[in-house]
Amino acid sequence: MTAHILTWWTILRICLEERLVYRGDFALGTLMRFMPIVTQIFLWTAIFAAAGQTEIAGYTRDNFVAYYLLTMVSRAFSSMPSLASGIALQIRNGEIKKFLIQPIDMIGFLLLSRIAHKLVYYAVAWAPFALVFFLCRSFFTHGWPAPEILAAYVGSLVMAFLLGFFLESLIGMIGFWFLEVSSLLFVYMLFNFFFSGHMFPLDMLPAPWDTVVQLIPLQYLAYFPAAVFLGKIQGPELVQGLCVQAGWVIALIVANRVAFACGVRRYSGYGG
Amino acid sequence: MSLIQLDGLAKSYTIYQKQEGLKASLAGLFSREYRTVEAVRGIDLQVEQGEFVAFLGPNGAGKTTTLKLLSGVITPTAGTAKVLGFVPWRRENAYRRRFALVMGQKNQLWWDLPAQESFRLHQQIYRIDAQSFAATRDELVDLLDVRGLLTQPVRELSLGERMKMELIAALLHSPEVLFLDEPTIGLDVVAQHNIQKFLKHYQEFRKITILLTSHYMKDIAALCRRVVVIAKGQIVYDGSLSGIIDQFSSHKVLTLQFANDTMPSDLARYGDVLEIAEPKVTLKVDRNVIADVLSAVLANHTLEDVSVEDPPLEEVIAEVFSQSQSSSPSAAAGAGQGGQETISDVSSA
Repeated sequence: MTAHILTWWTILRICLEERLVYRGDFALGTLMRFMPIVTQIFLWTAIFAAAGQTEIAGYTRDNFVAYYLLTMVSRAFSSMPSLASGIALQIRNGEIKKFLIQPIDMIGFLLLSRIAHKLVYYAVAWAPFALVFFLCRSFFTHGWPAPEILAAYVGSLVMAFLLGFFLESLIGMIGFWFLEVSSLLFVYMLFNFFFSGHMFPLDMLPAPWDTVVQLIPLQYLAYFPAAVFLGKIQGPELVQGLCVQAGWVIALIVANRVAFACGVRRYSGYGG
Repeated sequence: MSLIQLDGLAKSYTIYQKQEGLKASLAGLFSREYRTVEAVRGIDLQVEQGEFVAFLGPNGAGKTTTLKLLSGVITPTAGTAKVLGFVPWRRENAYRRRFALVMGQKNQLWWDLPAQESFRLHQQIYRIDAQSFAATRDELVDLLDVRGLLTQPVRELSLGERMKMELIAALLHSPEVLFLDEPTIGLDVVAQHNIQKFLKHYQEFRKITILLTSHYMKDIAALCRRVVVIAKGQIVYDGSLSGIIDQFSSHKVLTLQFANDTMPSDLARYGDVLEIAEPKVTLKVDRNVIADVLSAVLANHTLEDVSVEDPPLEEVIAEVFSQSQSSSPSAAAGAGQGGQETISDVSSA
């Protein structure tokens, strides 16, 4: 067990070092992430002014801005830039061979690499995040949630990270069959944009789309954590939501394992 | 049982045959023609512990595919293989800790970090205790003379330096079997020589088993006593390097130096004239009649010097390769896998 922990710690440490190599790109990427929230504030201020209403689908303008701030946090956990395309590229150019030759688990390795990716991001981004939330504190009309809600929120964020990771790595592993997954990834990103709640709060959706949302895991990537923080999901509904989210994580871990096992059997060792 | 045992090992691929042009590309959306590439066709081979074996063959002969099968990267279509008692494509960690694969055209180190970080990672992945790790790393670093490069990012190393680091990373866990796929490809002669020297020393000292593919005859001549020639996915020769000449060369090279301007004009009756530089002539003579030709020359002419030699090894091997290529319609197949191709299937996409 100690040997396992030491191995994973070394992988994590080296991934962290690698992430810190390109400082300029990293700094720019971190800061640019905050730009969309400014446009969201202006957009919803304009929409409410034009509508002449104080509420749309149960949300005030402040609620909307608070929601978008929280989905920004959710997506900082669940988005996995270049994961799927990176796996497919490694399959196509043969770099995946090293995971087949060396006594190391590829999915575990990629997960640790992504944890390192996120840790480095949070280590730098917490300050601008804190500043943005401080400047926007007036939009959170209900203040801080209760400690148990906060704990559920953190849990849902961690599971959002795992869900995002296993969804994208599964798409990447489709590369064992199709080699090129960019179109598939585009479709996924499109669905993700709508059904994760990134574009608007999902409880605004009419039937039958609200049912569709319940049947797929995408809401747990952005909407669900934000809704938990805002107190829109509480009590037994919250427990059930967390259980379903955990269920999706487990199902996707299994799907990843099956896809990898079948994929490497089919793999042709491309690229010399 | 041998350390490496292959029985009827075969691997075939089905590859989409893309026709030229936009029209064919559009047609390919509805119906595609596939061909079966038989990269390896029933190889039987035994390699004993401590052997240094070279795989020789033209591009697309099936050498790299065989190494991929033995290292568990791909699964065979038919046949069996055991390396160190393991079936490679089951990819058991117990097996993966006992062999290494180095590919001259593939980088397994972390591109943006110094090589020592990749070494540290290998220490953990292969569970090498700290003392053995330090001792092995220092030994390899000194042998390959790269101590000053350990802290330099891999992307900033030259190709030769990078290959040395790849070898160190591959050998840190002291593998019992090492697969080398063109380890000196693209290197200059000095770097090639250094790698050869290192491999020779390391193999003799550690007595590990090495399977090497290379297109550089100097690599093979310097390192391997045993050569396996693969063509069209099959073994066509298994023996010593010099034995290739005996088996595949049909002629000898006869060089005659005539005395006192007595060089005859009808040299063609003795064999094919390769070069004339009076008073010297070089002839290609069928090895079955070399004794008769030599007797006739000595009886009819006054010579100052005479020599009978085997043709250069490179020439014989090139001949073997070209024979194997011309007897088959196959060309190098896509995706780096070679072998004999047959159009076998037309199906809708």
